[in-house]
Amino acid sequence: MSAIDEVIAQIPYARFLEVREDNDEDGSLVVLPFRDEIVGNVNLPAVHGGVVGAFLELTALLQLMEQGLERVPRPINFNIDFLRSVGPRDTCGRAEIVKHGRRIANVRVLAWQEDPARPVAAGIGNFLL
Amino acid sequence: MMPRYALEQFFGGDHQPMVTHVPHCKHLDMKLVEAAPCAGTVSLPWQERLVGNPATGVVFGGVITTLLDHACGLAVTCSLEKLIAIATLDLRIDYLRAAVPGCELFARAECYKSTRNVAFVRGTAWDEDVDDPFATCLATFMLGAHSAGHGADRMKNEAEQSS
Repeated sequence: MSAIDEVIAQIPYARFLEVREDNDEDGSLVVLPFRDEIVGNVNLPAVHGGVVGAFLELTALLQLMEQGLERVPRPINFNIDFLRSVGPRDTCGRAEIVKHGRRIANVRVLAWQEDPARPVAAGIGNFLL
Repeated sequence: MMPRYALEQFFGGDHQPMVTHVPHCKHLDMKLVEAAPCAGTVSLPWQERLVGNPATGVVFGGVITTLLDHACGLAVTCSLEKLIAIATLDLRIDYLRAAVPGCELFARAECYKSTRNVAFVRGTAWDEDVDDPFATCLATFMLGAHSAGHGADRMKNEAEQSS
């Protein structure tokens, strides 16, 4: 079990979303599998914006937890830009720690479906360590 | 006279399909508290499966994102004169404090300005006391976002056919 999968196993909401770790040529990433229960708009259909936001936040948190923190970081704020409709497919997310300070970390996240060059959502947030 | 708002007939707190027509909200057991002109209030019972920090039992921040995003969408929907598709453009959340473990969560949002293309919304989430919120948010929505129609179209048609 990888470090990220171990953290996922400890967070009930991460198990609820059924997220898992995966890898591509650029390294590790987090996957949100599509299922009917996460749909927000049935007409398109599209994943609920709240789930997309939660997935971005979770991806950021997992990236921080992978650094071997003693306790779970607490989000202070989080900003989500919804760039494209999130269709009925698996969604990938990758986070980058912009700044890892003593008390605060700033983390940026990008989510995409088939093509990383066509992101579906972007997030940035501050966490209290 | 035509109603001013497309969903005026569902205003109040009785028409749960306003929330449950969305599969994810039904899955979360989210409830409608009140739909009103340009405003919406929803609630979410505390659930073990939504916990983010097992050491404290505090709900995961992203669950609050979903609750607030939905309250904001409901507020925009309740501001529409014609039921057109809406889509969240951006959403910013401030987590003021941890939500109290074991407590039902509430979120209320208000659409305070709409232009031809964009709606501006602000929201608040609380648990024990409406005057002591644990999160606030600001969001913008695109109006007429796509041609697939609003997700509540089917709900409205079903309600009209059965009446």
